[in-house]
Amino acid sequence: FSRVNMPVFPQYLTPKQEEELRNIANAIVAPGKGILAADESTGSIGKRFAPINVENSEENRRRYRDLLFSTDKSLAENISGVIMFHETFYQKTKDGTPFTKVLQDKGIIPGIKVDKGVVPLAGTEDECTTQGLDGLSERCAQYKKDGAQFAKWRCVLKIQQYTPSYQAMLENANVLARYASICQQNGLVPIVEPEVLPDGEHDLETAQKVTEQVLAFTYKALADHHVYLEGTLLKPNMVTAGMSCTKKFSKEDNARATILALSRTVPPAVPGVTFLSGGQSEEDATQNLNLINAIKGPKPWALTFSFGRALQASVLKVWEGKDENVAKAQAELITRAKANGLAAVGKYQGGLDSAAGGQSLFVAQHAY
Amino acid sequence: MPSFPQYLTAEQENELRRIANAIVAPGKGILAADESTGTIGKRFASIGVENTEENRRCYRELLFTADASVAENISGVILFHETFYQKTKDGTPFVKILKDKGIISGIKVDKGVVPLAGTDGESTTQGLDSLSERCAQYKKDGADFAKWRCVLKIGAHTPTYQAMFENGNVLARYASICQQNGLVPIVEPEVLCDGDHDLETAQKVTEQVLAFTYKALADHHVFLEGTLLKPNMVTAGQSCPKKYTAEQNGKATVVALSRGVPAAVPGITFLSGGQSEEDSTLNLNAINNAPGPKPWALTFSFGRALQASVLKAWQGKKENVKAAQEQLLVRAKANGLAAMGKFQGGQSGKASGESLFVANHSY
Repeated sequence: FSRVNMPVFPQYLTPKQEEELRNIANAIVAPGKGILAADESTGSIGKRFAPINVENSEENRRRYRDLLFSTDKSLAENISGVIMFHETFYQKTKDGTPFTKVLQDKGIIPGIKVDKGVVPLAGTEDECTTQGLDGLSERCAQYKKDGAQFAKWRCVLKIQQYTPSYQAMLENANVLARYASICQQNGLVPIVEPEVLPDGEHDLETAQKVTEQVLAFTYKALADHHVYLEGTLLKPNMVTAGMSCTKKFSKEDNARATILALSRTVPPAVPGVTFLSGGQSEEDATQNLNLINAIKGPKPWALTFSFGRALQASVLKVWEGKDENVAKAQAELITRAKANGLAAVGKYQGGLDSAAGGQSLFVAQHAY
Repeated sequence: MPSFPQYLTAEQENELRRIANAIVAPGKGILAADESTGTIGKRFASIGVENTEENRRCYRELLFTADASVAENISGVILFHETFYQKTKDGTPFVKILKDKGIISGIKVDKGVVPLAGTDGESTTQGLDSLSERCAQYKKDGADFAKWRCVLKIGAHTPTYQAMFENGNVLARYASICQQNGLVPIVEPEVLCDGDHDLETAQKVTEQVLAFTYKALADHHVFLEGTLLKPNMVTAGQSCPKKYTAEQNGKATVVALSRGVPAAVPGITFLSGGQSEEDSTLNLNAINNAPGPKPWALTFSFGRALQASVLKAWQGKKENVKAAQEQLLVRAKANGLAAMGKFQGGQSGKASGESLFVANHSY
């Protein structure tokens, strides 16, 4: 029959494509599981290697990620997916097995960081957007062919006197939506990361209100760009006061503020929220995640982790770049993975001690 | 740091939250009895009743003096301004009658749709002038919630960005003002069922409209936990040649809501639009039985779908009042069950299967 009298919504994902995206997203946030964010760029991993006196060479980067991915397969009980940087995605173990295959054989889903870093927004108070859209469709298609099932793109917003500005929120949300749309066209689940930095002396309430604003812009942009929400994941900051805030807040306060912000902005159709750890210590990140799961509230999405520093600090400390420490370092990874797996279902009892458990991992103005 | 001036105290937030939750308590919903003078005239015409102030008073007295058991399924009633200040024959204000039954009074505060120049028959809704003072007075006189209806139409090129943005914005301004005055705002962005569009189109348009609505509420700092949403159920257009089941409608509705309505909203109180009494109840039941996620209450705010049989039984005659009130109890109970997904069907009223569609329903 005639369609002249109704608006047109061209199909852009077949039911089969929707189902595939949905299945991948749900698998990533399966109960008790979360993501190991091992996608540090070459520059960032250098900052992790420096304190343990490891040279930032391609071979050391390969050795380190080999350590992580060759961990005993019980790691997969708590790690559903790993995000990798481009170089890592195409690296192999010493015996020549691609990292993606090592992970797949353990039942861990490979993911790929696809953004190309932050760039300044002229005329703003030191705000930025993120680049990487050029040729993104072709790049995603290739990554999918080569084993990736999900992608990640990080945007950054800052709380200062007059920021985040309308411009920064609108621009970053829009670029996240374009990225997400392109990913889905190529069978990759987009993890959408609109990080509000913890730098500053703002209080918890301010962090909460800013996070709400940023998420409102994010989900409006995703709606405007027809992003299939059931095939996405959100990677937000937990809501905490600024690192230099003089007033201290309890973990319960943080958890409540986090749930409030999410419940006001993240549609229930989103299958899961995979929190970033930011500058938090390993133990704080786990305890905060645990409380977020334990407290009451409207929480229709999975609430789990996508941790970088908070899963790797102890691993690096124990490894120190030495082959003889590999097994012990891998044991640290399993410990933290298990702790966070418990936290993701609100059952962490505390005390799973790690080598770097309480150390703050804050890096000021963390750009990458 | 950026500044977020406090605009609702904790006490105000608690009160709004309490009222909203009470309205959507399990098994309960709203009787929308807020037909304007013009609109109630159309209802009366079909049963040969003259549209006088006394007849309007008589009819609403019939509704509000129904047996106290009606409060098991009716948590709130929306009233038109004239009705809000009317009384029973013995001089008791309607608001008091309802309060004594444990039913919350609400007030329609918008002043009707007006055209948006340059659009293809689209509209916005007026009523913001002095709204704060009006809300304060209604609150003093016994109202605890308000309602404001916006209308969007599915056409070849509508709804437009302009209409969605404008209606989202005016709903947010209304909601903000209500909350300042202790009234829970029911936000109603109705997508009309006029047209021959299919179910999928209705779903996508509803998603768009809800996205604009909640972005506007966020931008205007509306306290979501102290609001309710009154949307259309997602159904194909009235003239769509393809027919869909209640189950399909239920699924499409839940998908649209799960993509557009934040979990912080305590409840969704569906309008019935042009649906028959029975279809409205069946669709509400199907919505409650559709697979989730469904973190909000899903209940009713029905006008025509609660009153069609009542009017038919009444016929404007005193001797029919009891029988008419019986019809109200039957429909209220049926919808109360549907709001919990437990409606078994077959609770027929005199008008239960009749379509109540009015083309281009503006008021």
